[in-house]
Amino acid sequence: MSNNETHHDASHGSVKSYLIGFVLSIILTAIPFYLVMSGDYSKVTTLWSIVSLAIIQIWVHLKYFLHLNFITEDGRASSFSFLFSALIIIMVVGLSVWIIYASNAMMMY
Amino acid sequence: MSTLSVNVEAISTHQAHEHHDTSGDTVFGFWLYLMTDCLLFASFFATYAVLFMNTAGGVSGKDIFELDFVAIETAALLVSSITFGFAMIAAHSHKKALTLVFLAITFCLGAVFIGMEIYEFQHLIAHGNGPQQSAFLSSFFALVGLHGLHVTAGLIWMTIMMIEVARRGLGKATVTRLSCLSLFWHFLDIVWICVFTVVYLMGAM
Repeated sequence: MSNNETHHDASHGSVKSYLIGFVLSIILTAIPFYLVMSGDYSKVTTLWSIVSLAIIQIWVHLKYFLHLNFITEDGRASSFSFLFSALIIIMVVGLSVWIIYASNAMMMY
Repeated sequence: MSTLSVNVEAISTHQAHEHHDTSGDTVFGFWLYLMTDCLLFASFFATYAVLFMNTAGGVSGKDIFELDFVAIETAALLVSSITFGFAMIAAHSHKKALTLVFLAITFCLGAVFIGMEIYEFQHLIAHGNGPQQSAFLSSFFALVGLHGLHVTAGLIWMTIMMIEVARRGLGKATVTRLSCLSLFWHFLDIVWICVFTVVYLMGAM
C-alpha cells in the first residue's frame, strides 16, 4: 500500500508538492525580473544570474509539475528521454550560435 | 472447474493490467511528442539567438519590451500551472465539480495570457514594428507567436476536455486525456521560462 502511494505521488503529485513547486517558481521568477528591472548589478552578473535562475526554475517545474523522477519505471523513461532531448537542444542551439557568431567575427562585424 | 475459474481470473487480471499499461503508454507517447516539440522550439530559439542583433536600423528589444507587462503575463501562466495541478488532483480523486472549476480557472488565466500577447503584437504592428521590419522582429514574432499558438491549442483542447468531463464524468480514458493535457500545459510553462529569460529579460538588459 505504501509502495502504491509512493507511486501515486510520483506520477501525479500532491497538493503539498504543487504548492512547494509554485512558491519556488514564484521566487525564481521574481528575482530575475527584479535584477533586470532595477539594473543595480553589472551586465555580466545579471546575465549569469538570470540564466542560472532559469535553469533552476526549469528543474523545479520538471520535478514538481511534470513529476519527472528516477524512481518509477515510467518516470525513468520520461526522464531519460528528456535528458536526451536536452543534449540535442544544447548541441543544436549551442553549436548554431557558436558557428554564426564565429563567422560574424570573421566577417569583421 | 476450479482451474477454469482461475484461468478466467488470470486472464481478466492480465487484461486489467494491460489496460493500465496502455494508459501509461499513451501518456509516455505524448511525452515523446513533447520532446520533439522541444526540438522545434529549440530551433526557433537558435534562430532568434542568431538574428536578434540584426535590427536593420529599427527598434531593438530595449525599445519595445515592457517588463511590467511581461511580468503579469508570466504570473498568469504560473498561477494557471498550479490551478491545473489542482484540477489533476481533483480528477484523480473523482471530484467532477472541483475538476471543472479548476479547469475553468486555468482556462481563464490562459485566456488572459493570450489576450495580453495579442494586445502586445497588435500594439507593435500598429506602431510600425511588424514582423516584416527586421530580422530581429521576424524571429521575435515567430518564437513568441509559436508559443502563443501552442497555448491557444491548449485552450481549445481544454474547452473540449471540460465538455467531456461535464458530459461523461471522470472515466479512465478521460483522466488519461487530462494527464496528456496537463503535461502539455506544464511543458508550455517551461518554454515560457526560456522565452522570458532569453527574449524579454536579456533583450531589456
